Amino acid sequence: MSIEVRHLTHCYSEGSALSTVALEDVSLTIEDGEFVGIIGHTGSGKSTLVQHLNGLLKPSSGQILINGEDLNGEQVNRRALRQRIGLVFQYPEYQLFEETVARDIAFGPKNQGLSKEAIDERVRYAMDCVHLDYQKYSERSPFELSGGQMRRVAIAGVLAMRPSVLILDEPTAGLDPRGRDRILSMLEELHSREKTTIVMVSHSMDDMARLATRLVVMKDGKILATGTPREIFSREALMLSAGLGVPAASRLCGALRQKGFDLPADLYRMEELREHLLRLWRHTGSEAGKGGPAC
Amino acid sequence: MLNNITMGQYYPVDSRVHRLDPRIKLILTIAFIVAVFLAHSFVGYVILAGFLFLSCRLACVPFRLLLKGLKPLRMIIILTFLLNLFFTPGDDVWVSFWIVRITREAFLQALFYSLRLVFLVAGTSLLTLTTSPIALSDGIELLLTPLKKIHFPAHELAMMMTIALRFIPTLLEETDKIMKAQMARGADFESGNLLSRARAMVPLLVPLFVSAFRRAGDLALAMESRCYHGGEGRTRLRVLKITRSDWIACGVLAVLLGLIILEGIVLKGVLF
Ligand SMILES: Nc1ncnc2c1ncn2[C@@H]1O[C@H](COP(=O)(O)OP(=O)(O)O)[C@@H](O)[C@H]1O
Ligand SMILES: [Mg+2]
Repeated sequence: MSIEVRHLTHCYSEGSALSTVALEDVSLTIEDGEFVGIIGHTGSGKSTLVQHLNGLLKPSSGQILINGEDLNGEQVNRRALRQRIGLVFQYPEYQLFEETVARDIAFGPKNQGLSKEAIDERVRYAMDCVHLDYQKYSERSPFELSGGQMRRVAIAGVLAMRPSVLILDEPTAGLDPRGRDRILSMLEELHSREKTTIVMVSHSMDDMARLATRLVVMKDGKILATGTPREIFSREALMLSAGLGVPAASRLCGALRQKGFDLPADLYRMEELREHLLRLWRHTGSEAGKGGPAC
Repeated sequence: MLNNITMGQYYPVDSRVHRLDPRIKLILTIAFIVAVFLAHSFVGYVILAGFLFLSCRLACVPFRLLLKGLKPLRMIIILTFLLNLFFTPGDDVWVSFWIVRITREAFLQALFYSLRLVFLVAGTSLLTLTTSPIALSDGIELLLTPLKKIHFPAHELAMMMTIALRFIPTLLEETDKIMKAQMARGADFESGNLLSRARAMVPLLVPLFVSAFRRAGDLALAMESRCYHGGEGRTRLRVLKITRSDWIACGVLAVLLGLIILEGIVLKGVLF
């Protein structure tokens, strides 16, 4: 499923005194199988953009094309479409409402009109995806779980609809490192195993460095740049002008290069930085017959 | 979705009327309402209208905003007009067909009573347009303070009002967000019969209540950790003071009331 955004502009409370332009002439294409990361400072319009991708917000002007068809066209069944383009809101744990975890996750599939067996199968699948044990948790109340678990239940509620595109708005915000890692590895798995197209909004450059195949940098309702993480993260000045930082590995790499280490400028993942450093260390080690360069 | 609801109608500019003490403004509004009921003829109404118009100018509030406050009540005003028009007895018949009889007296009375509603609404709108909700609940608290003697919880009432006002926009925002989140899971809030629509509200209301209770708990904790313990012995950061312009405003209202009473005595039965 490809999503194409064409010259999208969105104004909140259009025509009133409080009218704010949240998006201005945004164009973007999301291809099948991509993992797109949307980054930007608070208020740059990320959430507004992703809510357009499944028709929850209507553009003030511009279009969103799903497989070439206008999302806001007359005869499009947006309710059905929303189930194929799953959107996980920010702090999704606040939308849980059912008495048990299983019933909450079943809400989406039930709205799809599936049979009882199919719903049950979907619930098991979704709980498996988010690494929640069906036996242990399905009959628990979602309100007595920990914050990280609640969030995974909420994400499972969207996954249970088996969307072909999954959009997540800051899925790791406010979680402890373990909860965050759980969600990220779950997304990684979903992307590589199920070939789900994923669009993720995040503040964390390290999350993006780990997962995204393409980055979209937003500033003041406009797209500042798009490109692979390697291209984007090597442009530190661009990132700073968008009010963002670069991943820890990029920063470390930059500092080491200033100290005279012979490293490429565009490293952004910890693993590759470690590889390079190890190679450098072995190299100099074999030349000088002792340890690496002194720091 | 919910963005067509604007909260309150406070019109934030800085004017003499805005700066008046909220207590005084509340009392003056009550005095104005009394004046509206005391007016006996259209002459009185002209005086009242002149007063409203001038206050509006002085408050730097567009007159059309004052009239906008009438919109939600237009059905009641029209109904009042029609009921009076058709069911007031009179002699000077203007129109008469079938069972309908419209007389001059009925027309004047219909106009009189519907205009009374218009004045009442416009007068109170002027209060809410020029007084922020917070100042208003402050004023109400202070006016009700004497009732504390008979254990009336004036402070608690005003605090509740202030908090409720503070949280209305937050809860609206929250409702909008939860609604969208459930729609993203295929919820349908718009179609179906009454029963299925009521059932569709459950996924909206449960999270909303949960979050309202959570917020209430957090707020109570935050207030207690700053040593809040009710109104007993509590002092204020901004003490309301009666200034000269407050006295002037009182004087103006007194003159208005006097005029209206005079009009009632002099013109009694002239137009009616
Ligand atoms: N419901 C709303 N009503 C009015 N303005 C809004 C609303 N939601 C967001 N905005 C405004 O739109 C802009 C973009 O917001 P948002 O898309 O939430 O940014 P981000 O998710 O990048 O932090 C901000 O200036 C914000 O104040
Ligand atoms: Mg956001």
